[in-house]
Amino acid sequence: MGKLVSKYIWESPVRITHWVNFLSILTLSATGIYIGSPKTLALTPSQYIMGWVRFVHFVAAYAFTISVLSRIYWAFAGNEYANWRSLVPYLYKEGRRNMKETFLFYTFFKSKPPHSLGHNAMAGTAYLSVFLLYIVMIFTGFALYSEHAPHSLVRTLFGWQFSLFSNQGMRLTHHCVMWLLLVFAIQHVYSAWLMEVTEKNGVISSIFGGYKSAPTKE
Amino acid sequence: MDKTKEEQLDNQQNKPLKEPTIWEEKGISRRDFIKFCTAMSAALALPVTFAPKIAQALDEIKRPTLVWLEFQDCAGNTEALLRATTPDVATLILDILSLDYHETIMAAAGHQAEEALNGVLRDQKGKYICVVEGSIPLRDDGIYCCIGGKSALSIAREVCGNAFATIAVGTCASYGGIPAAAPNPTGAVGVKDAVPGATVINLPGCPLNPDNLTATIVHYLTFGKLPETDSHGRPLFAYGKRIHDACERRSHFDAGQYVEIWGDSAHRNGHCLYKMGCKGPETYHNCPTQRYNMKTSWPVASGHGCVGCSEPNFWDTMSPFYKRLPNVPGFGIESTADKIGAGLAVATAAALTAHGVISAVKKDKDTDEKMEN
Repeated sequence: MGKLVSKYIWESPVRITHWVNFLSILTLSATGIYIGSPKTLALTPSQYIMGWVRFVHFVAAYAFTISVLSRIYWAFAGNEYANWRSLVPYLYKEGRRNMKETFLFYTFFKSKPPHSLGHNAMAGTAYLSVFLLYIVMIFTGFALYSEHAPHSLVRTLFGWQFSLFSNQGMRLTHHCVMWLLLVFAIQHVYSAWLMEVTEKNGVISSIFGGYKSAPTKE
Repeated sequence: MDKTKEEQLDNQQNKPLKEPTIWEEKGISRRDFIKFCTAMSAALALPVTFAPKIAQALDEIKRPTLVWLEFQDCAGNTEALLRATTPDVATLILDILSLDYHETIMAAAGHQAEEALNGVLRDQKGKYICVVEGSIPLRDDGIYCCIGGKSALSIAREVCGNAFATIAVGTCASYGGIPAAAPNPTGAVGVKDAVPGATVINLPGCPLNPDNLTATIVHYLTFGKLPETDSHGRPLFAYGKRIHDACERRSHFDAGQYVEIWGDSAHRNGHCLYKMGCKGPETYHNCPTQRYNMKTSWPVASGHGCVGCSEPNFWDTMSPFYKRLPNVPGFGIESTADKIGAGLAVATAAALTAHGVISAVKKDKDTDEKMEN
């Protein structure tokens, strides 16, 4: 292996949307768990605890939605590492090879993962599912939100889902997908740590600064 | 005593000005009549300036005919009607309307009753109003509900299909209701599904609030058309607002004060029933403002959460009635989404820890091997 150089991988929209997602998912999960199963915290009816929790939930939901839409835009406008193609490695030959080798690494059949500058092939595949879950959360979330205004634009845009789900089914879906995303977050942090220590390419610091270390010949 | 005198005086004062109206002949004072018209304009969410217009329309009434059909029902809506808030006036509305056929309260029976219905169909085609109570079974050619040898479906096709309009009262007539709950053995549906060609307005509820029926009829008599409806065919004046937004316990919801167990101090103090499975946040009806039984009460006021009885398929889609979330299908009945989700998170963390330990051991081994080489 030749000399290592610093290479700019994650452009600022990728990093910003990543951290907005991180903060909003944490906020949405914490407030969402309270909304779904509240505890009596108020002493008098003049307090506004549930009111504020719901307000924070809705503001975070808008931040999250804008962030996800921006990232989807950047999947078409950004550099090759941000491109949507890295989320569907199984569509091209090199991606399929990378997927196989990464899978063998995760299952201990190989000691080194294949070198990749952007997402590794398995991660890209996972992120596509995660983005689909994001979309489910945004759609079911706005549909539930629109219940307060049955004649509004939001209701027109998202209310059609009530012909797919019962109201209770929609709330259950919104709830279960939250848990799936939290499970993903645990796995995501672990995988980042694993890559950091095995590949030694600075993957963890790259999501802060954007740079990864890369061999000169590549 | 004073009030009676005043009313008499009122009537006396009115007499020289105007011929006694049909209302006065029936013993209803002008004052009570105007009060009723004002209450109706309020129920219809109209500005109070409409009260005189309603009064005028009701004064000039031309006896439209009403027939009331009962199919798969419990007669609960008939019961509710007989206990209407303003019985004098509301009953009068029905007198005025010429209630020519109602199986539960009509005097005629058998062939005489059938003849009354046939007479309406013959003479009033396209002009009468039909009220339907109860769902209509479709399975096995509709044999599960037959009246006078005819299936509910064929009666509904004939009577609703030839009516000026059909008012489906109660959730069964509107959407199938309890008879249509899974597994729906009789294939029960609401009127609109059974007779798609008919003009149907739905007044769901279990039972419907008779004030809303009176208001719908008053709207028809005043404006000559049916009130505007939402996507479920319900008039907006009665079903346009969410129960949660007009609920008297709402301040406790926003504050964060919840009933945890039936009969706890929060329950006794009238706090929010959200955690007891109240479906108010997702249901639309004017129960909190219009209330039932002489405006006495409604379920949430009496300490029971809303079960969403005015929503389509409520028995299947609003249950469990006493929990916020349904159970996750395929798991045991005690498994909530949260327990499963938390379990999954812990299992993932454990699996990844194991993976991490193996990776670390393996890496040490690799490093040792390298050093040996």
